[in-house]
Amino acid sequence: MRRDVFQAIADPTRRAILSLLVLGAMTPNALAAHFDSKRQTISKHIQILTECEVLVQKKTGREIYYHFNPQKMKEIDIWLERFRKMWEDRFDQLDALLEDL
Amino acid sequence: MTNNFVFEPDLAAKTIHLVREFNAPIEKVWKAWTEADLLDKWVGPKPWKAVTKIMDFTVGGIWLYAMVGPEGRQQWVYAEYTAIEHGSAFSSTGMFCDGEGNPILDGPKTYKDTKFFSIEGNRTKVDMMITFEEESTIRMFVEGGFKEGTMASNKQLDELLASE
Repeated sequence: MRRDVFQAIADPTRRAILSLLVLGAMTPNALAAHFDSKRQTISKHIQILTECEVLVQKKTGREIYYHFNPQKMKEIDIWLERFRKMWEDRFDQLDALLEDL
Repeated sequence: MTNNFVFEPDLAAKTIHLVREFNAPIEKVWKAWTEADLLDKWVGPKPWKAVTKIMDFTVGGIWLYAMVGPEGRQQWVYAEYTAIEHGSAFSSTGMFCDGEGNPILDGPKTYKDTKFFSIEGNRTKVDMMITFEEESTIRMFVEGGFKEGTMASNKQLDELLASE
C-alpha cells in the first residue's frame, strides 16, 4: 500500500493527531489520552502517519516522542503552487485563443 | 477586466476547485474545451505543445494527447469522458499512461467535473472540480516536465509585456 500526505490527512482522527503534534512532540501514551478511541486504533493511525512521513519518531531517554514533520507538508504546498500556475497559464492561453475565435 | 480566478485545494477531501471567467460567449468556450484542434492550442503550457492523437467527445469516448516538449520529450495524457450535458457540463476520468499512450487502468485516477455558465456581458464562467486519488496524480502534472515549461512560459509572458 502506497502512503502519501493526502492519505495522512484524509482521516479526521489523523488530522486531530497532527494538530496536537503541531503544538509539540508527544509520547504515544500522552497522545492516546486525548482520544476516546482504543489505544490500538490510535497506534494504527500513528503508524500510518509515520509511514506517510508527516510524523517522525525520536527517542528521548526511554520514551519515544512523535514529532510533526512540517517539511513533508511543505512539499504539498509546492506541488499545489505549480499546479495552480499551470492552470493559470493555460487559462491565459485560452483567453488569447477565444479572442481569435 | 477581472477573470475572477479561483484555486481552492481541499487536501482532506482530495479536491481542487477551480473557477475562471472568460470574455467570450458560452458556445465558444464550450468549443474550446471540447474540440481537439482548439484544445491543442491552449492546454500545453509553453514551450510544451499538446498534440491530440484521439478525440472522441462522447460518453465512454476518450481524449488521448501528447505533451511534446522542446527537445522532443513526450508525455501522454489520457482522459475518458464519463458524462456529457451538451453545452453545459462534462465529466472525465484521467489516468496515467505508459510510453505508448496506453492507460494504466489499475493506476491512480483523477476525476474532473467541468461546468459552464453564461454570465452577464456575454461572458462565461467555468467551474471545475478535480478529485484525485493520490498525491502521485498531482505530482504527475507538476513533475512531468511541465514545470520547466511553466517557467519558460512566465519568461515569455514577461518579454511580451516588456515589449508592449
